[in-house]
Amino acid sequence: MSIADTTLRERALGDMAGLKSRHPELFTTSTVQRFKFGALIAAFVAFTGFAFVALDFSLARIFGGLHRLGEFAILMLPPNPEGRFTAFFDALVETVAIAFLGTLVAAILAFPVAFLAAKNVIPNIFVRFPVRRGLDVVRSVDTLIWALMWINVVGLGPFAGVLAIACSDFGGLGKLFSEAIEATDRRGAEGVQASGGSRLHQVRFGLLPQVLPVMASQVLYFFESNTRSATIIGIVGAGGVGIYLTELIRVLELKQVAFLILMILVTVAIIDWISTRLRLALIGREAR
Amino acid sequence: MARAISILPEHQLAGLTQRYKNEIGRRRLVTLGCLAVLLVLVVLSASFAEVRPATFFSNLGNFTSYVGRTVPDLHWATLGADIRAWYWNLDGWAKLLGETILIAYLGTLMGGIAAFALCFLASANLVSSPSLRFGARRLLEFCRTVPEIVFALFFVIAFGLGPMAGVLALAIHTAGALGKLFAEVVENADMKPFEGVLSGGASWVQAVRFAIVPQILPGFASYSLLRFEINVRGAGVMGFVGAGGIGQEFLVAIRNFYYTDVSAILLMIIATVVVIDLVTEKIRHRLIGFEAPTR
Repeated sequence: MSIADTTLRERALGDMAGLKSRHPELFTTSTVQRFKFGALIAAFVAFTGFAFVALDFSLARIFGGLHRLGEFAILMLPPNPEGRFTAFFDALVETVAIAFLGTLVAAILAFPVAFLAAKNVIPNIFVRFPVRRGLDVVRSVDTLIWALMWINVVGLGPFAGVLAIACSDFGGLGKLFSEAIEATDRRGAEGVQASGGSRLHQVRFGLLPQVLPVMASQVLYFFESNTRSATIIGIVGAGGVGIYLTELIRVLELKQVAFLILMILVTVAIIDWISTRLRLALIGREAR
Repeated sequence: MARAISILPEHQLAGLTQRYKNEIGRRRLVTLGCLAVLLVLVVLSASFAEVRPATFFSNLGNFTSYVGRTVPDLHWATLGADIRAWYWNLDGWAKLLGETILIAYLGTLMGGIAAFALCFLASANLVSSPSLRFGARRLLEFCRTVPEIVFALFFVIAFGLGPMAGVLALAIHTAGALGKLFAEVVENADMKPFEGVLSGGASWVQAVRFAIVPQILPGFASYSLLRFEINVRGAGVMGFVGAGGIGQEFLVAIRNFYYTDVSAILLMIIATVVVIDLVTEKIRHRLIGFEAPTR
């Protein structure tokens, strides 16, 4: 902050009483506005209070629980795999594999469907609308629920996890892809049409080069977030480290849990780093 | 048709064509290389993830028959009664769904408040102490990297079974996720009003209140609504580990093969999520409409 600012500030502070008497309207709020704001806040607080009561919040339980959490924190130290490092490592590799394959399958499935949901490719609303709502429905079912359903089909194990991630991401990626397609510049496709290209040529040479980098970067972003969700689908038995997490937390082997969580954090950080690098490279290529 | 494009003489054209072909060939090679790497990765991860396409296709019939079995027996003549039989536990499920939404609401609110408090500490333009900023950022990162269901597993043991554990777990995860986004919004804020208010005699807190907060509030509200949407989905599965909401009932229905219950609950969840998505999207567009679009 420069010196001029400081002197301005001192002058303003010195003349506060004068400022208040000269511009009273700036120092008060009108009663009506204040009342409206107050009513809004009151309704908000009342609803929140209702929510707390409805969900059985009690201070006694919170304090008791915090006490136990403190004990857990002590039990966690020092993090120690206790001879299970290789098992954890294998499970983590499996987790990353699940995330990778799941994302890839989702992207491959979402790619053609996204064109059907894009306004500038399919102007017909009767095709577009059901596709979009279908994607919404697929998206609104959580990965864990998909995992439960796929376990019924292919049995327990990581394969069910792959299919679960593929399904729930299919909805999300389809939506994002179609938005990317709609945001493209018309001129590329028009140019191809002007020089005699067919409709397919327009999509291939006018549209695809514009959207591919965007799509690839979204896929990488999903891969990042899927590494996180793949760590938990083991909770329902669909592979990855989730099974260790659940079991070890239930039997309070907290040193191992702490070590496993550290391993997950490191893995996620590495994946984040790689995919951020790739994404920046892709966007750089797009700008060229 | 008259030719509008002039054709270059043969000797000039040959060189250009050759260079064009070389360039295309090089790019094809790069693409093929990338595809080969991708293929290796796919094969490797497929072996790690025990992908069995044969099982998949031979059991795909299971999936369709499973879906088939979840379809309730509805007859036109007795439609009302059939639907009532299908949704035999409508009141109970509706109550649990309400609980799920409340969990998402409280989790978003508490996490949002925590994120609001932390984001100013994590933004480079307001806090000049790098160590404070570093600490705030790492804390947020930890909160958002550990999945909420892992927090829920801990909290269920510490606080007992029930929605409270779910709320706290969602709140922590939300604080991490929103804190990062909020900090980005704060860093994009225009600093001139802040300096102006400071020069006008305000303290740091007052300057943040009157110069920064009005700029960032629409962005914050929009991100919070988006998070609420995500949290409704997250709260739906909190019950899998005993942390309240509809999840537990759903898990029981799936595990015990109560087929029509599965479809009934799933349809209710989907409807709720879709409706909440649509409503929050409307509100968000209106909120952002007040400001110039930030991104």
